[in-house]
Amino acid sequence: MKSLDELAKIRENRREALKIREGIPSATEKAHVMMCGGAGCISSKCTDVVDAMKESLSKNGIADQVQIILTGCMGPCDMGPVAIVYPDATFYRRLKPKDAEAIVEEHIMKGNMVQRLLYRSPGAKEPTPKVDDIDLFAKQKKIVLRNNFYIDPTSIEDYIANNGYAALGKALVEMKPEGIIEEVKKSGLRGRGGAGFSSGMKWGFTANAKGTPKYVVCNGDEGDPGAFMDRSVLEGDPHSVIEGMAICGRAIGAEQGYIYVRAEYPLAIERLDYAIKKAREYGLLGNDIFGAGFNFDIEIRIGAGAFVCGEETALLKSIEGKRGEPRPRPPFPANAGVWGKPTVLNNVETWANIPEIILKGADWYAAIGTEKSKGTKIFALAGRINNTGIVEVPMGTTLREIVFEIGGGIPRKKQFKAVQTGGPSGGCIPAEHLDTPIDYESLGEIGSMMGSGGMIVMDEDTCMVDIAKFFLDFVVDESCGKCSPCRIGTKRMYEIIDRISNGEGREGDIELLIELANTIESTALCGLGQTAPNPVLSTIRYFRNEYEEHIKDKKCACNVCEFKE
Amino acid sequence: MINLTIDNQKVAIEEGSTILDAAQIVGAKIPTLCYLKEINVIGACRICMVEVQGARTFVPACVAPVAEGMVVRTNTPSVIKARKLVLELILSDHPMECLTCVRNQNCELQTLAEEFGISEIRFDGAKTEYPIDDSSPALIRDPRKCVLCRRCISVCTNVQTVQALAAENRGFDTLIAPAFNDKLADMECVQCGQCSLVCPTGAIVEKDDVDKVWAALADPKKHVLVQTAPATRVQLGEAVGAEPGSIFTGQMVAGLRRLGFDKVFDTDFTADLTILEEGNELLQRVTQGGTLPMITSCSPGWIKFCEHFYPDLLDHLSTCKSPQQMFGALAKTYYAKKEGVDPADIYSVSIMPCTAKKYECQRPEMFSSGYQDVDVVLTSRELGRMFKQAGLDCSNLPEEEYDAPLGISTGAGEIFGASGGVMEAALRTVYEVVTGQTLESVDFEVCRGLTGVKEATVQVGDLPVKVAITNGLGNARKVLDKIRAGEADYHFIEVMTCPGGCIGGGGSPIPTNTNIRLKRIDATYTEDERMVLRKSHENPAVTALYEEFLEKPLGHKSHKLLHTHYTPRGVNK
Repeated sequence: MKSLDELAKIRENRREALKIREGIPSATEKAHVMMCGGAGCISSKCTDVVDAMKESLSKNGIADQVQIILTGCMGPCDMGPVAIVYPDATFYRRLKPKDAEAIVEEHIMKGNMVQRLLYRSPGAKEPTPKVDDIDLFAKQKKIVLRNNFYIDPTSIEDYIANNGYAALGKALVEMKPEGIIEEVKKSGLRGRGGAGFSSGMKWGFTANAKGTPKYVVCNGDEGDPGAFMDRSVLEGDPHSVIEGMAICGRAIGAEQGYIYVRAEYPLAIERLDYAIKKAREYGLLGNDIFGAGFNFDIEIRIGAGAFVCGEETALLKSIEGKRGEPRPRPPFPANAGVWGKPTVLNNVETWANIPEIILKGADWYAAIGTEKSKGTKIFALAGRINNTGIVEVPMGTTLREIVFEIGGGIPRKKQFKAVQTGGPSGGCIPAEHLDTPIDYESLGEIGSMMGSGGMIVMDEDTCMVDIAKFFLDFVVDESCGKCSPCRIGTKRMYEIIDRISNGEGREGDIELLIELANTIESTALCGLGQTAPNPVLSTIRYFRNEYEEHIKDKKCACNVCEFKE
Repeated sequence: MINLTIDNQKVAIEEGSTILDAAQIVGAKIPTLCYLKEINVIGACRICMVEVQGARTFVPACVAPVAEGMVVRTNTPSVIKARKLVLELILSDHPMECLTCVRNQNCELQTLAEEFGISEIRFDGAKTEYPIDDSSPALIRDPRKCVLCRRCISVCTNVQTVQALAAENRGFDTLIAPAFNDKLADMECVQCGQCSLVCPTGAIVEKDDVDKVWAALADPKKHVLVQTAPATRVQLGEAVGAEPGSIFTGQMVAGLRRLGFDKVFDTDFTADLTILEEGNELLQRVTQGGTLPMITSCSPGWIKFCEHFYPDLLDHLSTCKSPQQMFGALAKTYYAKKEGVDPADIYSVSIMPCTAKKYECQRPEMFSSGYQDVDVVLTSRELGRMFKQAGLDCSNLPEEEYDAPLGISTGAGEIFGASGGVMEAALRTVYEVVTGQTLESVDFEVCRGLTGVKEATVQVGDLPVKVAITNGLGNARKVLDKIRAGEADYHFIEVMTCPGGCIGGGGSPIPTNTNIRLKRIDATYTEDERMVLRKSHENPAVTALYEEFLEKPLGHKSHKLLHTHYTPRGVNK
């Protein structure tokens, strides 16, 4: 890729071919079927539906007039496999191979939507056929997931058609490195990995740090149980991450990037690997990109199953091929990152924001969200909620809107009890705080955290002691074992909570848990340990009576805990 | 300079220093456990936490760099409470076998527990359970007592570059062990014991052979003799409570006699002998075109290191056995014959500052007398315990002399215990033998001190002899890599396994640190100066040995008894 013109030519040609996906009927093609190819829909055998559809198209002699595209994750996983049929933008759900014929012969050939496969809001009699009208989608704002309905993740030209690599072009041809950093600072973008540090400031520190070469690293070691925001981006829109990293490379003066992806994401790795190859082929990675004298390339590093490698210093160690364990900071990666060199490390979701910020400007981005938390955030909805899956909403959306409007509320008319945000080290937030607007500070104030965006909903049947025990079990298992408070302290907390849930709790156990939790928070080496006590502290804070019941009355009101005789 | 406040005291300190460094200046003692100056600075144990104004959490003083205007409090009630709970947690995963632990009363964890006044452990949960590894002849690993401070890993990886130990598994199940939990005896561990020297608890200790010696002493049929390594006399005082740097030669000899040894001999004697054999080997290699540079072979950890990591360089090693093994071979041949003792009845004990010597004496090459040449090796620490068991107040014993003839030695033998000592001893002899002239000064200062790699050129007659001296295996590696690359034009290289040489050996009294090493080195050279004879070739007992038995250096008997060969072992075998 030698110039902006060259990119513009590809974009215009491809856009013409994709007009049908914008709802404009085509003279040559009858339909584009965007079949969700996220890992969830693949698990529910969407590829069988694709095969059946292809068979039906061939049988009807229109195979050359219909494209079937496997996209990235569309979000509503519990309805999978899902698909959108363009140009009508009709949303179909829970597809089976036997449904393929009806979609082809009724919808595509005759223009009659297949009513039984359409989405119906909870309680609604009439279906909502158009994807944009569905409440689940209508309340979302897609910046990071901008391409997931629209493009074939294996097509670099599809990405380019939706303004892909235009931001990189702009950054390289029209902007100065300091200008790029300034723009990212002004946008107010904060790290989506959970800590929420200003990305622009991080880039600035690294740009000013002594030492070369410098590196750009993407954290794709998404390990929170039930969270798959980053996977969805990597699977659905890998080029957005590559482009974001390349822009940063220009800004800080780095020529090499690493994307660290957990081994449990084989499809993400495959799509990313392919995207990198394509980007090289198109001259969007490699030497003298856009003729601007800028070289940049990316390598993938695959994790080995350790949750703690999502912690930045552990991840850097792991990239170097060493045991992934955190080390004390300072020095921060901006000064001593991979191989001891200045490094910018952001997570997948953060990177995917970058091209939009550069292209549309900091002011556009900063207009979205709250005063201190800008832009959107992706959440993975799980647990006792109707619409499980991923959603992207503007910062400042309330928990209530997410759980009850976008998420469709609690199934089987059960009562909402709590929502746990921030992954295994987040806190459990009770109903009284449902109107909290979601931003980094507000969640912290109520004893939880943004984390990477996991959101697990609990109803009246959920025992909070049992929940705290579940999350503690996770961190005990995932503690790297380096520092004593986390290695031994979380184990002791687990043992205490385990005996409480067995009906063997002792007088003073709650106080002992609090003492342990406070000490671990203030003495553990890394974020994993420092936040590990959150589920216990927040459940004691909001549901202390349940602990007391277990200890004093040997009773689990939810009938979840099994007491020893 | 960085200005900060610690406990309301203003302090200025160089940039890059830690809070711990700064606290020392103002006399604020911050407790530590995993921290080991310059070796292990990883902030893992979280005992050294302090309060820093504006910080979200407590801050580990050992790793946290000072910053301008920083306000630190080292002893607020909340800091002390947090430290105490962290310590309580560590203790909750400890076997509490203090009374039967070899490190009883010399244990950093025990000391902390006492200082913190821990009176109760409120956690009665799981404890780490991994089997004890006693496969090695030198060292025992007991993971149950491990506090995961990782000092052993750091010293093995960064100082010795052996990398025998690493963390495996994770969380509560984390284990410090050879890769794949291999046995120490079955892998590249060189048995140097530096890990046992830095371990704050009893998780890695020397294999205790004291009972074997008591049994031999109790056996009336046995003729039990003992040799003491050069470094032991500047260490043993510490093992019985004297100040570091105390010279304890005469008291140690007296103590050994009281324990009941039939003869108390000195490894210094065979150190002198080594100089004659090794010096002549060097001259032979130089004049007849043998493999150069020649490298010393006194240090068994180094030998094993070379066999594993540099098997291609084994021809560079001197074929001389170590002084301990020369002594062993002679005790059961020359001495047995001279004294009219059946070698089968001789029980040969060796006191060493070294754990690898326990391994060395069991090597199959070390049976040249027809028996195991050295039956058992005790470290300085073990002899200290024997003295205690016997109720000997060695510090107050009148000094005694070694027995003749294997106890007669020179200052040259004595300095074998310090890094550079073998080289200096060799130079004293080679110079005089080659030139026929008397040295004006026997002190080759250039050989001395703790510097990792020392280099010098010494004019010996017409030949400028280029030498190098290394201590600590990581430093040896630097020189060995030069040899491999064909960039080393040395004639002679001294390699000692342990930092500082044998005075810092893995069998030394605990603690052993840089400061204590320096004191032992000073004592070594003081002892050298006190000797009447300071050159190995002037040792009359060695001369007699050649006249009566060996005939000449590198002769037939020498070849059989005093020289050895090596085994290429490689790695991951």
